[in-house]
Amino acid sequence: MGSSSSSMDHIPNAEELMQETGFSAAHLLRLYERFEFLDKDQTGELRPEDFGAIGGLALNPIGDRIISAFFSPGQETVDFPSFVRVLAHFRPNGTNRTRNGTQQEPVNSRTRKLKFAFQLYDQDRDGKISRAELLQVLRAMLGIQVTEEQLQSIAERAIQEADLDRDDAISFDEFKKVQQVSPHPQTPTKETPLHPTEGGR
Amino acid sequence: MAALWTPSLLLSACLLGCLGLTPLTELPQPHNQPTSLGFNSSDGSLFVDVPMALRVFSVDYHHVQAPFEIVLWIMLASLAKLGFHWSGRVPAVVPESCLLIMVGLLVGGVIYGVRHSAPPTLSADAFFLFLLPPIVLDAGYFLPGRLFFENLGTILWYAVLGTLWNVLGIGLSLYGVCVLAQSSLGDVSLLHCLLFGSLIAAVDPVAVLSVFQEMHVNEQLHILVFGESLLNDAVTVVLYKLFESFLRLPSVSGLDVLLGGCRVVVVGLGGLFVGLFFGLVAALTSRFTSRAQVIAPLFVFLYSYLSYLTSEMLHLSGIMAIVTCAVTMKQYVEANVSERSNTSIQYFLKMWSSVSETLIFIFLGVSTIQDVHMWSWPFVCSTLLLCLVWRATGVLLLTAVVNKLRRNAVTFRDQFIIAYGGLRGAICFSLVFLIDDFPKKRLFITTTIVVILFTVFVQGMTIKPLVELLDVKRKKRALPTVSEEIHSRLIDLLLAGIEDVVGYWGQHYWKDKFEQFNRKYLRRFLIREDHQARSSILRVYQELERREQRGDEEAPPPLVDPRSHSRPLLPEEMDSIRRILSRNLQNFNNKTPAYSRHTLHQDATIDKTRRPLHIQQSLGYTYNTITHWSQRETEFDGSHRVRTGLSRSHTVCSISPRPTLQDSSVPAASAQAGPVDPKSSAAREDQVSPQHQVPVGRAPKKQLSFVLENEKQQ
Repeated sequence: MGSSSSSMDHIPNAEELMQETGFSAAHLLRLYERFEFLDKDQTGELRPEDFGAIGGLALNPIGDRIISAFFSPGQETVDFPSFVRVLAHFRPNGTNRTRNGTQQEPVNSRTRKLKFAFQLYDQDRDGKISRAELLQVLRAMLGIQVTEEQLQSIAERAIQEADLDRDDAISFDEFKKVQQVSPHPQTPTKETPLHPTEGGR
Repeated sequence: MAALWTPSLLLSACLLGCLGLTPLTELPQPHNQPTSLGFNSSDGSLFVDVPMALRVFSVDYHHVQAPFEIVLWIMLASLAKLGFHWSGRVPAVVPESCLLIMVGLLVGGVIYGVRHSAPPTLSADAFFLFLLPPIVLDAGYFLPGRLFFENLGTILWYAVLGTLWNVLGIGLSLYGVCVLAQSSLGDVSLLHCLLFGSLIAAVDPVAVLSVFQEMHVNEQLHILVFGESLLNDAVTVVLYKLFESFLRLPSVSGLDVLLGGCRVVVVGLGGLFVGLFFGLVAALTSRFTSRAQVIAPLFVFLYSYLSYLTSEMLHLSGIMAIVTCAVTMKQYVEANVSERSNTSIQYFLKMWSSVSETLIFIFLGVSTIQDVHMWSWPFVCSTLLLCLVWRATGVLLLTAVVNKLRRNAVTFRDQFIIAYGGLRGAICFSLVFLIDDFPKKRLFITTTIVVILFTVFVQGMTIKPLVELLDVKRKKRALPTVSEEIHSRLIDLLLAGIEDVVGYWGQHYWKDKFEQFNRKYLRRFLIREDHQARSSILRVYQELERREQRGDEEAPPPLVDPRSHSRPLLPEEMDSIRRILSRNLQNFNNKTPAYSRHTLHQDATIDKTRRPLHIQQSLGYTYNTITHWSQRETEFDGSHRVRTGLSRSHTVCSISPRPTLQDSSVPAASAQAGPVDPKSSAAREDQVSPQHQVPVGRAPKKQLSFVLENEKQQ
């Protein structure tokens, strides 16, 4: 990998990034290399087409949502800090490095992870998952396997299960509450899987 | 309720009497009596010794001896189990396995008292070939797949390394003990100790299952202990056979040890591949069972048993084979066979494994009553102690290492339960009987029995209070919800996507690849064409609907109040609903037809009618669309039989604005107790699900045909 210190110099604001996201230097370096690999025309920023070039992502039913999650609303490009910040959501909970007493919630806390997942559903960012949005996600995931009517019923049932204030949409709090029921423990990967529920739950 | 236990105990006592008295045939014949008319003379016979006269009454026990005794044993086991469950507070304190062993002890004692010779022992062949497979098959079939594979690394770590650690540790320390107690134990060689260590170290799936399933600890802990007990079979088998063959060799070289190591891999992987092969063949076979659905469950059992026997024949790990076979074929078989066949499979599995387990424990108790026990205080006590110590240290060390690689660390409490829950059972018992005879064999047998009894009784009884005392995380008893399933699927996709972005081939990447492969090739090949598309979300949804309509006691009350639907019922719909209801209440008490194996053939006609169904589109009646959807989905809907004959049949499927379309779905709704909820959402749900219920109960199906016919006659 070369001497880490010299490569780290290429990364702008490496120290702040490390502190903000909690990634280690090695991780940050690896991510930077990946960023450069994806950035085919070396502009220092990624565009949606660069993401689209990733093979597996193109086949992913929710690939386009994942891609759009990297881009803040209105932005057309992603620079390295934003790239890293998004990926920081996926660090495991238990390895938070000590920060200098900032009271802000760590980037990879459970709530932030859930918020990230929530935004995958809630494309228009109005803070609620409406029935239509849920249907879109279901349609993307289930594809041609089911008929429209089945989709409607499943969406209906999902909303029934979660929607407590009966406004025909799932707010973030309701979303959190529903996810509390199911622990799905996952063995870790070297990178960081998103795991909405706490490890000790 | 304790009073109810005594009658069954009395019944069991009568059975004991039979068992004690019947094997009197072992006594030598006093003299050859002339056999007349082809009857054998047996001691139990009461015939009048008058040749050429017609016998009015005679007893010929020899003829039925073998099956008779087997049935008596099974009957005893089942009655004991029955009595146990009736006995009120006892099951809460004493696990079932302990009680069964005690019953076995009782029976053994009685038999011994009556016959003054050792009662029949559990033969190793009978155990390994007949009693063990059903239990392991049941375990494999109901294995929580996702959890198992997520924790597979940890499980393998415990199974392979943990068992090795235990075996070597116990073996070597026991040898040390033998060396120290030279006087009494001097003739026990190192290899013998290692052999003994290999069979006593293995955690037994039967015992673990029976104790843990009453405990309801959190799933991760359960799967760790249970998975370990299943997978350590490979290591145990190899080490046992290895040491046994070493004992027969004149000398042992380093090459032999190395070969032994290779054998572990071969045995484990070999069992895996045998299981995979048979699982895939079974899945393929089940694809073609649509015309002979009654025997579809049989294939599941036959292929699994075949895989077990094949791997036993090849000296591979039979347990791994059968577990792999079950896990492999499960999803394809479930998609291919009818709902009833699925239910049959599950019930038979449960029944057989339950009987097997009961028999095993009773025989364990019976076999404890032996003629000759060799006792040696140092050996027995040190074995007990060493088992505990080595297991505890093994778990601690291994967990310390594996926690660094795990997402969810295994807590200290969990570790304690893992160590404490390492129960030994019948596998050790059978293995110890298989050892070649040598002077101290009886000592080994006695020690094994003591260890098994200790772990099952002491550890089995105390583990439940300990779990509560330590406040170990318990299982959440909630049903899966559709939201959960949707979300977990989304998370899978999301993580696979992120792994793609980052360029890391992690667990989710491979899982995604496997799912794609599965979908593209395996499912297409192994599942019937019309059953193909079944996403997990859909499955959960249908399962929930099915459960609700069946009125599952375990189902939690609905999370949300039924919401008022946006559209009120049309008057014609209300009319038809009312009409159907009144008619169906009459039909509800009709006797269902006797279940014959020919009634399943109606399922076969589904295929012909299935195609046209899904093409027709809805005209905006939500009710119509949903009923027509659900009819397409259910592969077991017997009402299809009725439909094909009637002109009315296609109205069920086709879209006509006629309100009679509701008829087909609503009557099934009324088949449930209680009136149809006027709230449309509930009614709608009822309409969705009754199509699932229709095949489950025969009464609704009959009503459906009645309804359609009656409607036709209107």
